Amino acid sequence: MKKLMIGNEAVARGAYEAGVRVVCSYPGTPSTEITEFCAKYPEMNCQWAPNEKVAVETSFGACMVGARALSCMKHVGVNVAADPLFTAAYTGVNGGLVIAAADDPFMHSSQNEQDTRMIARSSHIPTLEPADSQECLDYTKLAYEISEQYDTPVFLRLTTRLAHSRSPVETGERADVPLKDYEKNPGKYVMMPGMARKRHLVVEKREKKLTKDADSLPINRVEMRDTKLGVVCGGVVYQYVREALPDASVLKLGMTYPLPENMIRDFAAKVEKLVVIEELEPVFERDIRNLGIEVSGKDKTGLQGELSAAKIRQLFGDGAEAPQEAALPGRPPVLCPGCPHRATFFAMKKLGLTVFGDIGCYTLCALPPINLMDSTLCMGASVGMAHGAEKARGKEFSKKAVAVLGDSTFIHSGITPLVDAVYGGASTTTVILDNRITGMTGHQQNAASGKNILGDPAPQLNLEALCEAIGATVRVCDPHNLKEFTQILKEETEADHVSVVIARRPCALLDKRRKEPSHIENCRNCGACMKIGCPALIKTDKGVVIDHTLCVGCGLCKQVCPFGAIQGGEE
Amino acid sequence: MMKNTNIIIVGVGGQGILLTSKILGYLALDMGENVKVSEVHGMSQRGGSVITHVRIGRDVHSPLVDPGEADFVLSFEKLEALRAEYFLKKDGVLISNTQEILPMPVIMGNTQYPHIDPKQEKAVLLDALKLAEDAGSARAVNIVLLGVLSRFMDWPREKWESAIEACVPAKTLEINLKAFRAGAKA
Repeated sequence: MKKLMIGNEAVARGAYEAGVRVVCSYPGTPSTEITEFCAKYPEMNCQWAPNEKVAVETSFGACMVGARALSCMKHVGVNVAADPLFTAAYTGVNGGLVIAAADDPFMHSSQNEQDTRMIARSSHIPTLEPADSQECLDYTKLAYEISEQYDTPVFLRLTTRLAHSRSPVETGERADVPLKDYEKNPGKYVMMPGMARKRHLVVEKREKKLTKDADSLPINRVEMRDTKLGVVCGGVVYQYVREALPDASVLKLGMTYPLPENMIRDFAAKVEKLVVIEELEPVFERDIRNLGIEVSGKDKTGLQGELSAAKIRQLFGDGAEAPQEAALPGRPPVLCPGCPHRATFFAMKKLGLTVFGDIGCYTLCALPPINLMDSTLCMGASVGMAHGAEKARGKEFSKKAVAVLGDSTFIHSGITPLVDAVYGGASTTTVILDNRITGMTGHQQNAASGKNILGDPAPQLNLEALCEAIGATVRVCDPHNLKEFTQILKEETEADHVSVVIARRPCALLDKRRKEPSHIENCRNCGACMKIGCPALIKTDKGVVIDHTLCVGCGLCKQVCPFGAIQGGEE
Repeated sequence: MMKNTNIIIVGVGGQGILLTSKILGYLALDMGENVKVSEVHGMSQRGGSVITHVRIGRDVHSPLVDPGEADFVLSFEKLEALRAEYFLKKDGVLISNTQEILPMPVIMGNTQYPHIDPKQEKAVLLDALKLAEDAGSARAVNIVLLGVLSRFMDWPREKWESAIEACVPAKTLEINLKAFRAGAKA
């Protein structure tokens, strides 16, 4: 029987069937589940790396000595991994190397909408793009064949709607792929100028051959129907096109870099009007126009957001407008009841700090009711930005400012800017929200959590010792000791040295202790507790009430009530 | 099933929306249908509005249900039902829990919860929370509503129940089956 799989699970199954031995990734929506599903197969050695660069370097090491390897990441993770990737394109591979990169059109869970197909073009890495879960499995296997045949890393590009959509999948057996022999080959793997110059020529030659071979690659296919309109598309957009324009002829690109130039020329000649329908950048459109073929599409679709069958029907079909959502109160995501970040941000708000924020659940603190985040740029940026702000505005500015980031984000990209702040003689304060897990992507272990990807015990990074070794003054406190935590934060922001305040309390979703919900008696409706922004506290005309189905009894509201009206919950 | 069936499932992050779409997908596949399910992971799950799309039928390409094309909207919360109503066909069926979960802007007193009823002609509105609690857990609201949906689909009861069994944790099976049966005859 076929199995219903999300695209990410099918990629993992494809890696398993392709005989992959090593998987190394950093979590990032919408790519995270690939590596989690991989970890269910004991035949594959899987690990969460501290960041995408380390992940790719680890996979590349495995591939150089003869194993098939996989690294998975979200689109912005590809930037972090770009350094090894661009040069791995020169060296080529020994065992196959595939990078699964998941783009996020519409930014369901991201800070930008960059397009991995552009990175593919600048790095000269061939790219496959499946359109449903079955293709996720099949293309993953094909990616390893192409990687080894053409001696190159290969991108498997996904988008959110593909990664997180379920469709039926027929699975196969795991191929017996032995480790390839490893022989020293500095001309191929030591990329110093003299050798890299030769390899760059190899890249150019490889790309020409791939472009030619793409014309006969079965995953690029033409479906001729009515010849009035011809559509070039790839990935999940193909599904929308089939739904919205069932009569149109379609060139479905399975390899989205390099493009099958002759196939495109032939297709263009057979149709009256040629359009490209693609999300994000006009990547296919530019490539096709560069072939001297008249084409359009981006003028209608624009750069931003996701497409859908309805949108394509409206833009390229009968023009019918789809019904619109009614205007209703929004329901933005919120920090969970009992979330330790709530206390940390409450303390920072009380001190009136400028907050250089970062990437994680705590980014939600930029929204009402907390409204306390001045910036969010990329993983780890908070620490360097606080340092830069001090350089521009002086030490007094740092006395009223903090950089804030999670434990996993700190390990990902916060360590080096902390080194820089100490080296630069700064007096910045960095708050590490140490909730013992990578939270927002759905609870992945990390180097500081003391467990590996399987949940088994693993060596645990000592954050305090690390930060002390860097030269920072380190204080550790549970933010739910609100008074003490606020005092420590005040002392350290005002101090004339680089400090790290570790706000240590496990993610509320990990805290399995069942605590009595809190309750309110004789509420004077002063509104003080409402400032913490807990979804379990509800303001009514007669006073604040606690929703017992949501309250986890963390006791934070009790600490901020000036009249002692809240009882129960954690002491 | 000859024509495509489009189902939208909505609610508040944490109400078991993903699990419900997973059960439906499993069931459709078990019934020999082609099926696509689109889920939402990541940040929006943190107590925000959550929506999943389930599409069943031979001609299904897109994993997304277009506005105005849903045969059913299954809502675990009233405001979310109102929000998802525009997905329904004219003769589509709205199945909604009457429970109201206040969103943050309402909790903060910045806006009012809209105490209005859905406009959809064919609508089943029920206190699924009560039925779930009677079955043994407030968390089984999703399965109660799945039970209501089962009344509109011509799939045998035992197939529904074996899909639930395949997808829920073993220790919650008994409560979930009770919840399903309560919804199926409510």
